[in-house]
Amino acid sequence: MTKTFNKFALSIATLLASGSALAATGAVADEFKWMTFAVFGTIIALTMAVTYWAAKQTHTTSEFYAAGRSVSGIQNGWAIAGDYLSAASFLGIAGLISLYGYDGFMYSVGWLVAYITVLLVIAEPCRNIGKYTMGDILAFRNEPKKVKTVAALSTITVSTFYLTAQMVGGGVLIKTLIGIDYEISIIGVGILMLVYVVFGGMKATTWVQIIKAGLLVCASILLVFFVWLPYGFSLPDYLQAVVGDSKVQAQVAKLLGDKATTMTAAELGQRFLEPGLFLKSPIDQISLGMALVLGTAGMPHILMRFFTVPTAKAARLSVIWAMGIIGGFYVLTLFLGTGAAMLVGPAKIAAVDAGGNMAGPLLAQYLGGGADSMLGNFFLAFVAAVAFATIVAVVAGLVLAAASAMAHDIYVGVIRGDHATPQEQVIAARISSVIVGILAITVGILAKGQNVAHLVALAFAVAASSNLPAVLLTLYWKKCNTGGIIAGMLVGAITAIALVMISPNMTYPQAVLKAAHKVVDGEPAAEAKPAVEAKAGEGFTCELFATCKKAEPAKAAEAAKPAKPGTKEKLVTLQAKLDAATDEAEKKILQADLEKVKKAHDKAEGDLKKFEGQTTSMMGLEKPFFLLKNPGLISIPLGFLAVILGSLMYRDQRAEDMWDELYVRQNTGIHAEAASAH
Amino acid sequence: MSKPSMNWAAIDADPRFQALHRKKAVFLWGLMFISTVYYFLLPIGAAYFQDLFKIKVWGVVNVGILFALSEFIVAWTIAFIYSKKANAQFDAMAQEIINDAHKMGA
Repeated sequence: MTKTFNKFALSIATLLASGSALAATGAVADEFKWMTFAVFGTIIALTMAVTYWAAKQTHTTSEFYAAGRSVSGIQNGWAIAGDYLSAASFLGIAGLISLYGYDGFMYSVGWLVAYITVLLVIAEPCRNIGKYTMGDILAFRNEPKKVKTVAALSTITVSTFYLTAQMVGGGVLIKTLIGIDYEISIIGVGILMLVYVVFGGMKATTWVQIIKAGLLVCASILLVFFVWLPYGFSLPDYLQAVVGDSKVQAQVAKLLGDKATTMTAAELGQRFLEPGLFLKSPIDQISLGMALVLGTAGMPHILMRFFTVPTAKAARLSVIWAMGIIGGFYVLTLFLGTGAAMLVGPAKIAAVDAGGNMAGPLLAQYLGGGADSMLGNFFLAFVAAVAFATIVAVVAGLVLAAASAMAHDIYVGVIRGDHATPQEQVIAARISSVIVGILAITVGILAKGQNVAHLVALAFAVAASSNLPAVLLTLYWKKCNTGGIIAGMLVGAITAIALVMISPNMTYPQAVLKAAHKVVDGEPAAEAKPAVEAKAGEGFTCELFATCKKAEPAKAAEAAKPAKPGTKEKLVTLQAKLDAATDEAEKKILQADLEKVKKAHDKAEGDLKKFEGQTTSMMGLEKPFFLLKNPGLISIPLGFLAVILGSLMYRDQRAEDMWDELYVRQNTGIHAEAASAH
Repeated sequence: MSKPSMNWAAIDADPRFQALHRKKAVFLWGLMFISTVYYFLLPIGAAYFQDLFKIKVWGVVNVGILFALSEFIVAWTIAFIYSKKANAQFDAMAQEIINDAHKMGA
């Protein structure tokens, strides 16, 4: 194994070298790129050393899937944080706060509260009765082959959604940061992650996650220290400076549009700390909140982490530590986001990446001394490397979860009927990891340029509607049985996916075409409109489905608007101005404007071409039928209901006979899988 | 690695196990209920009680920010209360049952 490992390490070094040669433009200036690669190289070398050490200790199934149950509670807490704080939360939430203020911060809360469910009702029982996978927990008192098949399907579905979002997001991120080609980034991340998982199994994955969480926390504390220091670490003084900043006020004015005209600068700034700039539909937020709070506890890669500790008590300690780290990190994010808004400016952040993902990295660059300074670029390189480590660590955890479902549940449990030798099991686990890894790389490359942001929310929704009801009810409800598990998992998962397919998350050509036409051809002048009073909807279902009229909020009166020129017209006038200009400085400004307009124009033209003649979405809809972006509000109750009804309609004597054993064991830990001696 | 067979029904019926079960059920689901309600107050407040969230209480710091921060405090407090109770009481109660488990129903 060690020899093969060395060969792999070498090929990765070659790949990275070729990556640096191919590096095009990114946030890091060319002359400082070597620094980025030095930091990347150090982190990769460190994780490779850990993998080498872990590979020597990974021989048995328990060592491969569960690190021999030798991870301590505190270590596991850090690993959970490393597994959970994906690039979406590390860069995405800081970005949301930098662009939309309060709403971004509010969004982060649910990700922490989710761990209360994990702590109180999931972590310890799962450690007490589980072995390697979610399928093991469900198979305890149900028909093993049936429930393992469904559990594995659900695990693979959830992991694939999450994995695709991570791969695509990661590829884009690395391209934006250091300019390595998208495909090479994806292959690089994929191979690196495969080396950790295939050779070092859970032990290497755990330590990669611990290292990454440590780096992430250190980087954030450092940045927040510098952001907050000038204000003597006073919260009101600091936020006063944020709301007093003209860049922040300009952003709020831009978000509010016409409404901003009557507001003073101070009011605009204060508005940044008030809700409603980003999240506009409360029902949708509650739906997302439900998916987060219940979905985290049903995430296969999070559940799997509890099998790595020796006892239920250690599982408890690990959630406490994870909550401290994750929550502390989100509080720091408030400062990272507002700091980036104040120091870098929302307009500049959005110009590099529309979703705000570059807020953290740009803040780091600013604090180090700016884009031309050595230290500024070192800071940026460090944050970029942390982002890279983040993607690899999260992806490794997901691949391990999907591979364990494939190898342990399907191959060993269902196909071999639990009669595989230990050696065969480990080989099956490694082969499955390679299959899932190659799948992840392929999907990542195929999904280039696709909008995958909703896949994270979808993964949580499926986990909350399918996995959680099944796990929760098999642990706590005596009458739950095989029929309920199968019905609940299928109904929950299918409803969640189907609702998203007909939701506003999908692309609707008519809306895209209309927006693109607006960009290219401009808008005609509009007459003044009187104020419109709020209209009540025709009932609650109308807020969810496009079958009747939903409620409409009140609209303020609008002044008459002059016609807006489109990009087609703008390009001509700008070009004419540029040709006429004589002053060099003026020319430069005009040239930059021209390029900006051209970019918008090309994008709109591209959309027009792409969707020309299409009128309906993938599902044959002209506009969304389901009006929420998050399906949890409907799919979670349906998942629970299906488990209950399925159990009541199905007869399964074994499930009831095993109840006493399950209930005693989940509460006491008698006969729990022991740690392997080392 | 064969494990000794146990009389699970007898353990389940044991008054000490029943006491553990009752204590845990009330405590866990109670905390779960409190944390869920408290969490959903945030999006509901942000949507329907914006005037309250906008009130400035500490310089520019408003009720909304303090409420969002309090969500973190409440989550950590619940985690702390649970782990304290579990370490001090539930673990000891379970240990007593484990010690006598092989004798029960024999």
